[in-house]
Amino acid sequence: MATNRRDFLKLLGTIGAAGAVGGQAHSAPPASSARPDAWAMLSDLSLCIGCRKCEFACKQANRLPNRPMEDFEDEAVFEKTRRTDRHNLTVVNRFEAPQPGEKAVYAKIQCMHCNEPACASACPVAAIRKTRQGPVDYDPSLCIGCRYCLVACPFSMPAYTYDEPFAPAVRKCTMCFDAVSRTGGAPACAKICPVEATTFGTRHELLVLARDRIHRNPDKYVDHVYGEHEVGGTNWLYLAPKSFAELGFRTDLGDRPYPELTEGFLSAVPLVVAIWPALLLGAYALTKRHEAASRGATPPLPGAVELLGAERTPTRAIEAGPQVRTGSKGK
Amino acid sequence: MANSITHPRPRHTWLTDVARFGLLVRDAIRPRATPFNLAATVVLSLGLVVTWIRFTRGLGATTNLSDNYPWGLWIGFDMLCGVALAAGGFVLAAAVELFHLERYRGFVRPAILTAFLGYVLAVLGLLMDLGRPWAIWHPMVFWQPHSVMFEVAWCVMLYSTVLFLECLPSVCERFRLRRTLALVRRAMLALTVVGVVLSTMHQSSLGGLFLLAPAKLHPLWYSQLIPLLFFISAVIAGLSMVILESTLSHRLFHSQVADQRPADVDRLVIGLGKAASVVLLVYCCVKTIAVMKAGTWNLLPTPYGVLFLVEVLGLGLLPCALYAHAARVGSATLTRCASVLAILGVVLNRLNISVIAFRWNEPVRYVPHWMEVVLSVALITLGLVAFRWIVNTLPVLGARPTLTPDHGEAVSSKAAPSRGAVSGNDDGHAPSKEVSTCLRSPL
Ligand code: SF4
Ligand code: SF4
Ligand code: SF4
Repeated sequence: MATNRRDFLKLLGTIGAAGAVGGQAHSAPPASSARPDAWAMLSDLSLCIGCRKCEFACKQANRLPNRPMEDFEDEAVFEKTRRTDRHNLTVVNRFEAPQPGEKAVYAKIQCMHCNEPACASACPVAAIRKTRQGPVDYDPSLCIGCRYCLVACPFSMPAYTYDEPFAPAVRKCTMCFDAVSRTGGAPACAKICPVEATTFGTRHELLVLARDRIHRNPDKYVDHVYGEHEVGGTNWLYLAPKSFAELGFRTDLGDRPYPELTEGFLSAVPLVVAIWPALLLGAYALTKRHEAASRGATPPLPGAVELLGAERTPTRAIEAGPQVRTGSKGK
Repeated sequence: MANSITHPRPRHTWLTDVARFGLLVRDAIRPRATPFNLAATVVLSLGLVVTWIRFTRGLGATTNLSDNYPWGLWIGFDMLCGVALAAGGFVLAAAVELFHLERYRGFVRPAILTAFLGYVLAVLGLLMDLGRPWAIWHPMVFWQPHSVMFEVAWCVMLYSTVLFLECLPSVCERFRLRRTLALVRRAMLALTVVGVVLSTMHQSSLGGLFLLAPAKLHPLWYSQLIPLLFFISAVIAGLSMVILESTLSHRLFHSQVADQRPADVDRLVIGLGKAASVVLLVYCCVKTIAVMKAGTWNLLPTPYGVLFLVEVLGLGLLPCALYAHAARVGSATLTRCASVLAILGVVLNRLNISVIAFRWNEPVRYVPHWMEVVLSVALITLGLVAFRWIVNTLPVLGARPTLTPDHGEAVSSKAAPSRGAVSGNDDGHAPSKEVSTCLRSPL
């Protein structure tokens, strides 16, 4: 039902756009709200060994400057918690073990591929769009570089190539959308993971798998699949051996899809367009009548004319203004 | 010039030619070498250098923007403040053209000119800031109506056009284009209505941009009411700018406004201040409601709380009271002081929301690069220079139109000798000479 309504609105929008400009009307961010057969990933942080092979594979797949695989064994990077940036569309961070003596917890982060992405709803030119298959894709040829997507993303995942003067672009994980839709298989990070900490599948089957793992090892996992409901659900799901808040995940984002935050405001726009002119012209007619009345030597009434609260210059003096001032000029 | 000729005539060589040329240049420059002009030249040249570096080496070389702080001074100051401070255009146009507050007629043209320049500068700042400025037209073709940014882009584009059209009367008067003038006059009501509608939309949308940042903006500033607050504070900024600007115009271009008696202007300024005081009161109330709704009182005794109080009390409630008091005692000076405070308040609010209270809990904060500061200062300077040039060229500042569409000139050149533009044309002076005379005197 909700989808129907949205599709209808989308259709309306598209028609309106095409009609008004006759140009290229891009579809609004569709809300493929948690389609069960959408592509999805499940990262089980209790399995991850922090080898960072996924970082290597990601750079390889996205043709980013890379280093030999051995360099990624260097543990020094774990000293600081890192975020994604223009060279690293996914990063692995290390956190303390849930219990002393156990192995540390590693968390791989990247774009969450939200069901209703804030970034796509923010983008003024639909350079970022939610694909029908689930991943959130980016087309640099449309992008104007306003970086509103960076502002909007609640997970702070997109990055920008500020050092590029001539073709700067947003960089974020696309779930290897092009490669997977062309040749099938799994995204690069899932393919390379030696312990299957990151699994590729449909959202539905991964949710079942996640629930099943929690059910079978209740003391190994916190009872929460991160991404199932966060900001309306995401296509990247997480399981963790300790609370997500302690693993650098934001747990204060709520379950409301982000585009809803601006929906109310944007729906007021047609109202402004419809009502404002009528009100303004009403005030125009009213004050005009008033002015005419005062010109006809009726004493000015306190009212709309005093709206701005200026001192009460009789309106007739204003009518005579130029002459009066020209006269004063002469002296 | 004179000195060089009174010397005993030297032998004519290429060296004397060079020297004579040098003296010519010196004499041309000297009378214009006011401190303001010198400073403006330096700042504008620096601005050009920064522009060059920006477009050859990228945003990374000229700004301190990062993935956590994608918007810096160029958006927070040049764009957000520029557009807010330019709101005087639609406020004054509405007051006079729609609500028939004829006595403010004299403020309309300078307010609209300031607004137009403000938007032009904001767009220039945006062109610097956009990663791909050459694609700035994309929102016109690739539609995404669910985006607040999309709405901003359209409204700013349309409203800049409206402002340009609203500026036309002075151009028509200057070049005696009667037919165009009649056309623009007839369209004025429609233009004003469209201008108010567009302004309402994008002034609030600029705040609406931050509706998507509840996880990033400090809770004292984040509110569902941001769009409303942005709109109201834009009205405040607009009124205050008109007040401040009328003061500066009277100081700097007194020859052009000689037909306005200072006492008259003072009374009008106080009237505007009274209006601003009411709007400020509304603003403070809405701001209080926003904090109450969010229930963030407990954050007030923190450093950010103090900043919030400075913004709302010191630069909101204080100018509100000052404006009201000034109206009671009839002091235009006090009104003008209040306008400075109110403008600072709006600027601080915009900077807080876009830069200072944005991602307030990050360990590494954004501090503007010096080149970002230079460019912002250069844009303001450009605005001042453009404003000076335009009011010296076109009939903007005087209270009355110098040409009516139907029956000739409304004001004879005798009645307004200072209105150089039209009378100068009559006497057959080259306009450029007019301009240079004016350039020399005021600043
Ligand atoms: S490749 Fe797998 S195990 Fe290695 S860091 Fe990435 S997710 Fe963890
Ligand atoms: S995580 Fe951020 S970048 Fe990725 S889809 Fe969601 S909003 Fe967009
Ligand atoms: S930077 Fe590009 S992708 Fe991001 S919102 Fe702006 S136009 Fe869209």
